[in-house]
Amino acid sequence: MFHTIALAGNPNTGKSTLFNLLTGLKQHTGNWPGKTVLRAEGELKTEKHVYKVIDLPGTYSLYSNSADEEVARDYIIFEKPDITLVVVDATSLERNLNIALQVLEMTDRAVLCVNLIDEARKRGIHIDKEALSKQLGIPVVLISAREKIGIIQLLKTIDRMIEGKLITKGYKIKYSPQIEKKIKELESEIKQIFGDIFPARWIALRILDGDKKLLESLKAYIQNQQFSSEKHPSAQGGCCHGV
Amino acid sequence: MLDKKPIYQFQIGDRIEITSVEIRDDVMRRRLLDLGFVPGATIEIVQKSPLGDPIAFKVFNTTIALRKEESSFIYAKKVHKEVV
Repeated sequence: MFHTIALAGNPNTGKSTLFNLLTGLKQHTGNWPGKTVLRAEGELKTEKHVYKVIDLPGTYSLYSNSADEEVARDYIIFEKPDITLVVVDATSLERNLNIALQVLEMTDRAVLCVNLIDEARKRGIHIDKEALSKQLGIPVVLISAREKIGIIQLLKTIDRMIEGKLITKGYKIKYSPQIEKKIKELESEIKQIFGDIFPARWIALRILDGDKKLLESLKAYIQNQQFSSEKHPSAQGGCCHGV
Repeated sequence: MLDKKPIYQFQIGDRIEITSVEIRDDVMRRRLLDLGFVPGATIEIVQKSPLGDPIAFKVFNTTIALRKEESSFIYAKKVHKEVV
């Protein structure tokens, strides 16, 4: 069975270099349905497992600011990759961790790949991966996709995560009491509609932020689901979305 | 808060700390926050165009140019002592 891995991160963090390294020549490219955004997917074989790797568009965040961001966000929310690799630039972690925190609000199944570690070392930047991992609650791997550093470690981490040997508990930002109260209120309503298929806390936050496009996506999803379950009950592709 | 002013009013070479981002347009505000124009961040004025608009700022190792339309709604104060 295929497991899926999504690559997310800022532009110019070497995401695609890593993607090429992981998948080699086994790639398919095309567009995301209805969008002029490049979609690249490929196959990765480790010693024990086979993965489908999807290179999401490079974005600074995962809100609905652009088609790219929507594609990346919708993929993580609706397609639920088994693992999301958040690729960040070791030389400007501060800005890059923004998207890492956003991914963690959506899923716990993430690994932080601190890329360009060779470049950071050259500049005298030291990254305390244990501390980072502890704070974020997910595995952190220091890599250089260009120099092929840390890749074996990364593959091992992915395998262990898929096998359930790595328990992650992603860091969730605590907001002000006022916002937290609203989140709680919305969360229970969201759970009534969707059960546990979507991260209720994250959806509550998006609603509080006034994200209308997400509501549209959710609406489309509900209609689509009902449509497809009526049309062909548990037809092909029924690996995810267990309701 | 005495010396708090819009970031386009600072001089080239100034290092400033952002105190607030008051852009009305939600998408633009979000975008600038994503790029690193967040309260508490220290940025630097890198360059000004001949007519003073747009202005290039260095934010977390990246140079980003903003027009007055945006930069006049981002407020900052000067950082006096630089610790490197």
